[in-house]
Amino acid sequence: MSVLVYTESENGKFKKNAHEVASYAHEVAKQMGTTATAISINAIDAESLGDFGISKVLNVSSDQLKTFNAKAYANVIGQAVEKETAKVIVISSSADTKFLAPILTAQLKAGYVPNVVSAPESTSPFKVKRTVFSNKGFAFTEINSDIKIIGVSNNAFGSIENKTTAAVENFEPNLGDDSFTSKSIEIDKVVGKATIADADIVVSGGRGLKGPENWGMIEELAEVLGAATACSKPVSDLGWRPHGEHVGQTGKPVASNLYIAIGISGAIQHLAGVSSSKVKVVINTDPEAPFFKAADYGIVGDAFEVVPKLIEKLKEFKAQNA
Amino acid sequence: MKILVCLSNVPDTTSKINFTDGDTKFDTNGVQFVINPNDEFGLTRAMWFKEKQGATVHVATVGEASTEPTIRKALAIGADEAIRVNAVPVDGFFVAEQLAEIVKNGEYDLVIAGRESIDYNGGMVPGILATLLGMNFVNTCISLEVEGNNASATREIDGGKEKIATTLPLVIGGQKGLVAESDLRIPNMRGIMMARQKKLNVVEPTSSKNVTADVKFEKPAPKGKVTLVDADNIDELINLLHNEAKVI
Repeated sequence: MSVLVYTESENGKFKKNAHEVASYAHEVAKQMGTTATAISINAIDAESLGDFGISKVLNVSSDQLKTFNAKAYANVIGQAVEKETAKVIVISSSADTKFLAPILTAQLKAGYVPNVVSAPESTSPFKVKRTVFSNKGFAFTEINSDIKIIGVSNNAFGSIENKTTAAVENFEPNLGDDSFTSKSIEIDKVVGKATIADADIVVSGGRGLKGPENWGMIEELAEVLGAATACSKPVSDLGWRPHGEHVGQTGKPVASNLYIAIGISGAIQHLAGVSSSKVKVVINTDPEAPFFKAADYGIVGDAFEVVPKLIEKLKEFKAQNA
Repeated sequence: MKILVCLSNVPDTTSKINFTDGDTKFDTNGVQFVINPNDEFGLTRAMWFKEKQGATVHVATVGEASTEPTIRKALAIGADEAIRVNAVPVDGFFVAEQLAEIVKNGEYDLVIAGRESIDYNGGMVPGILATLLGMNFVNTCISLEVEGNNASATREIDGGKEKIATTLPLVIGGQKGLVAESDLRIPNMRGIMMARQKKLNVVEPTSSKNVTADVKFEKPAPKGKVTLVDADNIDELINLLHNEAKVI
């Protein structure tokens, strides 16, 4: 009976969140006096998970699974759970994983707790801390089912190195046609750019920028920092930016190390959505803007003057620290 | 086509969140409840299917009698009938099992739920429901077309979107994008009057049990004071971010 962790990869390489959930699984296994096993699909460097305390990897190599398919992936993980007789399953908070998680939950009749922010408070009873009310609060949640699924929030527990040797075993799940009743037709994804979900830094613009034609400097600032770009709800509702960039209570949550809000006043819904970011910087002309109460650093000033200067100074800084 | 839209009754997005009874319960005092925003986008899309493709639209919620104003609002917006499962929605698995019973008995072709409710953010009800009934499922859905038995859905993925071809019966975990914010409807007087005549069936829950329980709540620690940097002193901001916050 080990702890099983699903470690996501993309083009064969483990994603950042794979190292976070592996670290988390190692911690849970330690608390329970057992070991952590990973299930990975089409990863090329499965043994590297040993760096994060994983002692065994079930590695699936399959052309059928080249493209993500929630039901098929859930079936693979379910079969790995059975093989390992795992009672605790650790997963990430990526869009793909949040898609497969409820399918897996129903298959295993498990108790699933998403948005978990720290190591279990206790393992008997099994109790975890998670965000609720879109980050406006925390709940301590007990899981009473035989099989438990923990969804770890992005950038919450962190990647923690624990060097061990991972034994890699080829795993061949049985997948029938009933796993593929939905088919991916087209994927439209920005390549080579950080996404809001896994970026260390997110640069976000609001209505204070006056119009979509002024987003050049937001994108340039993001590029200098290797950051993802985001926006407030009114900006996406006005069609200035795509919906996928909307962060806040009804948009995407942000849990980056650094969040820079430019021309965003800081409505309660927006602040909730970005509150898991570790450090927040606000640039706004209005010193009374609510965001100043939620930020760590602030500049009262006109974005059209401050941001170009910031870009210039950051370029100098990057050149010196390269 | 027969559509069921699943509704959660949640605190309005502007609500301040407090806890009571020794931090073991959400304090509903002074809180305005609304249709969960992710569900409302789905409800509005369902209205489109009703008006353009002749679909029948029912709504269902799991909740006590206090949730009825929210259900009546959905009827005033244009849903044909409503079902309320008379139970406290204790956890996602419990709610999904209740809704599965309704979907099975009502023989719905399409179930539209929000990708998550904005109160407990479980994000699991539509997926569990679909799996319990062997229906197809698309999460974080931002566009949906149905023709005959075939559905074309677009879902949001990290950093982009994916188009999926699937078939009915289907469950959708929907969100903004299914319709635009500007498409959302405010019930008019006629809709409100008509809603009073529409059927709101109350059913008792099945005997399923919850598998998780929130035993205690906590509010985030209060934020320290902001450090203000002069607009002419950008070097200082970079210095703080590099040396103090260590984020660049």
